[in-house]
Amino acid sequence: MSAEKGKRDYLDVTGGWLHRLRDWIDARFPMTKFWNEQVAQYYAPKNFNFWYFFGSIALLILVNQIVTGIFLAMNYKPAAASAFASVEYIMRDVNWGWLIRYMHSVGASMFFVVVYLHMFRGVMYGSYKKPRELLWIFGMLIYLALMAEAFMGYLLPWGQMSYWGANVIISLFGAIPGIGSGLEQWVRGDFYISDITLNRFFALHVVAVPLVLLGLVVFHLIALHEVGSNNPDGVEIKKHKGADGIPLDGIPFHPYYTIKDICGVIIFIAIFSAIIFFSPGLHGLFLEPANFEPANALKTPADIHPLWYFGPYYAILRSIPNKGLGALALLLSIVILFVLPWIDRNPVKSIRYRGLLYRGLLFVFVLTFIVLGYIGMQPATPFWAEIGQRLSEMYFLFFAVSWVYSKPRSRAYLVITFICVMAVISLFDWVSWVPSAAVLKMYSWLIPLVYCSIFLLLPAFAGKFIEPKPVPERVTMK
Amino acid sequence: MSEEIDKSKRHFLTVATVVVGSVGVVMAAVPFVSSMEPSARAKSLGGPVDIDISKIEPGGMIKAKWRGKPAWVVQRSQSVLSQLPKNDSLLRDPSSDEPQQPPYAKNEWRSIKPGLFVVIGICTHLGCSPLYVPQPGDPSVGPSWPGGFFCPCHGSKYDLAGRVFKNVPAPLNLPVPRHYYASDKVVRIGEDPNGSHSSWREPLVW
Amino acid sequence: MKAIVCAFLLVLLPVFAHAQDQGIKLESANVDLSNTASLQRGAKFFVNYCMGCHSAQYVRYNRVGRDLGLNDAQLQSYLIFTGSKVTDTMVSAMPPADAQKWFSVAPPDLSLESRSRGADWIYTYLKSFYLDPKSGTGVNNVVFPKVSMPDVLWELQGTQKALFSTIKNPDGSTYQVFDHLELVTSGKLTPEQFDRADRDITSFLVYIGDPVMLKSRDLGLRVIGFLIIFFVFAYLLKREIWKKIH
Repeated sequence: MSAEKGKRDYLDVTGGWLHRLRDWIDARFPMTKFWNEQVAQYYAPKNFNFWYFFGSIALLILVNQIVTGIFLAMNYKPAAASAFASVEYIMRDVNWGWLIRYMHSVGASMFFVVVYLHMFRGVMYGSYKKPRELLWIFGMLIYLALMAEAFMGYLLPWGQMSYWGANVIISLFGAIPGIGSGLEQWVRGDFYISDITLNRFFALHVVAVPLVLLGLVVFHLIALHEVGSNNPDGVEIKKHKGADGIPLDGIPFHPYYTIKDICGVIIFIAIFSAIIFFSPGLHGLFLEPANFEPANALKTPADIHPLWYFGPYYAILRSIPNKGLGALALLLSIVILFVLPWIDRNPVKSIRYRGLLYRGLLFVFVLTFIVLGYIGMQPATPFWAEIGQRLSEMYFLFFAVSWVYSKPRSRAYLVITFICVMAVISLFDWVSWVPSAAVLKMYSWLIPLVYCSIFLLLPAFAGKFIEPKPVPERVTMK
Repeated sequence: MSEEIDKSKRHFLTVATVVVGSVGVVMAAVPFVSSMEPSARAKSLGGPVDIDISKIEPGGMIKAKWRGKPAWVVQRSQSVLSQLPKNDSLLRDPSSDEPQQPPYAKNEWRSIKPGLFVVIGICTHLGCSPLYVPQPGDPSVGPSWPGGFFCPCHGSKYDLAGRVFKNVPAPLNLPVPRHYYASDKVVRIGEDPNGSHSSWREPLVW
Repeated sequence: MKAIVCAFLLVLLPVFAHAQDQGIKLESANVDLSNTASLQRGAKFFVNYCMGCHSAQYVRYNRVGRDLGLNDAQLQSYLIFTGSKVTDTMVSAMPPADAQKWFSVAPPDLSLESRSRGADWIYTYLKSFYLDPKSGTGVNNVVFPKVSMPDVLWELQGTQKALFSTIKNPDGSTYQVFDHLELVTSGKLTPEQFDRADRDITSFLVYIGDPVMLKSRDLGLRVIGFLIIFFVFAYLLKREIWKKIH
């Protein structure tokens, strides 16, 4: 009410012509209607915490990537003979080119940082559960498009890592039975990764995938505004509406969350700037040293690994010493995220009111993901491969245990599940048994044993650990 | 508890935030706008160019490229030089008051040496390169033609000092670049005479 | 919950303990980019000793001049021996085809050497040449075995020999492991002076690897300063607007 009145006053200050301009446009285009529906009268729960910044920040980075990308494309040359030099041209000869390039390269990594935090927020507060399943799937599609975008963008500097990284990833297509090697060649458009590959990756990176990405972002937002935002308490604000039809716990997105998000965005930009201006390569994490050497088809760098954001999946891929199964595990590890809404069907959304063990489960999952990312960037030693394999098992076990925790389970159900899971894991160990690595294998077998004992066996005998707390009717302010 | 909304405080903070934010956006735009200016490489490639004039013939012209534009050196005979003052009444800017040339070329010949004319061969109308038509009364231009440069695109005419005639679309005289004679045989385009740096600013539109 | 965390960390302990293993230990270059004199000396060493064969094809002389406080005349007299203009990039006078023929590999461009190899590697590499009669150039290098590059700094450093120690395998066979280097003949510089020269060259290479790093930190501080001011206003406005929400 008062916000509406204030705005009217503000327009009047300018002598009324802005007012008239608005009315002129509104008669021809639903500008004010759109603004009101999507922003000024979009009611969001009033109890958002800082985790809710990351959606807006992700949008900001998308804009950053598009704008800096356009300016990079003005100077970049998508040809094998000149790509590497054109990046150095941007870095040294183009006015402020270094800043634009670093904004883009750091932006790519920060995009994943923010998206991972945004996704974690969704998992933590059960934001993928009914009625937000489609919202989650659009989000996952954005994530998938982002991975494609990042992968193709990373070829463009045409350094050693660009070249050999792309080589490894494209070879994954070769794992598809039957059509694999033909598909590989079709993706490359040549018998090796050449000028032709670079040229098409450029087209896909700057035109095709960004268009898909933008479309998906619009779908994601439409879905969000249709069902309304979830919140840290995981309760539906639409259940309690006032006489005016407005949710009692809702506040208009503008001005409340616009100004709040601006505060979050400023903090983010400060961190972003600190990286750009002080350590744009972030010690090899955001820009790998080997990529400062031009691509050389005759010499593979000593240690080749993807950038950090693909680390977890790369570790899962490497954990299985079989090309086909490794690629399948990689695919599965991403696909399984899509169906999370149908895996975790526990009616309690927010982690605030889930049982103690579920909190532990999620915490361990996050650690697993981080350590897998670390392992993905380490040289492929037997030790790392073994740890990577155990953590990959834990990655998938998170989903299995989430399924189990969906409703109250009997003691027998839990014990039998425990036995079955351990049997499958042990069977897999037995199949892949190598006598020389026997000691390591036996020790590392304790990892899934401890994991399953805590998350499957413990609740069978101490049910209170998975019992949810009572969920409040209305949102709570802390 | 002061629950009332303090309107003036809120108004002040709104304006302050919007102003500071807008300053930030403008500052962030500077690098992007500036990145479209010529780069260090473009500036390097646009550096001075040496033209060998030892083989120039009387009445002849040597064409070279400087910053991607035709740079001409024209040999002018004594008769051409004596014709130049007679054109004055027909010209738009006979005394070269517009800064279309560095100060050391602002004279009746628009050059350092009267016999050698250094000029950028780009019409000041819309950027075509005029033709060199030194012959007075040349039939391709007309019987009253005193000899000069004729632009075939839109019919602009210049005399042999690159000065624009009246009643043609071109507004300004042909531009004379910075230049000096590094020796009797070499003219260097794009740099002021040894060491000096005149405060003259090259016209952005040639 | 705590137990889970502890258990997890215990599991991870050997993981992180395992994380470090390397062959030759690199010496720290201790590069200080704010030391302009060192960068100037490094530039001079670079054009005198490195640019005979190597280029820094992305680096313009006048950019180096601007960053290291040298005017065009100084650039021409101290740094440019190839007949280049100050606006040109630092390209070696040696034709790449000849280099390929003489050294069997083309000398790599050094513009980005510090970014791909690291400062410590360059610093240690330049001081780790030793006499090796088996090699075509008469020298070998500890951090880059079988390197095709000759020891261009030998006049300054002197010559060194490598001492190896013998390690016994469990099965009784032995193998040689590098132990340390020893000066055989001394050069024009004392070891301390040579280390400084080595550090100067390394600093210069670090500088040309990302020239903007000389200035970007100052700019970064100003950007963050501005953001702090912006945040104060935005935060006060947020608090004002949110006053009534409980």
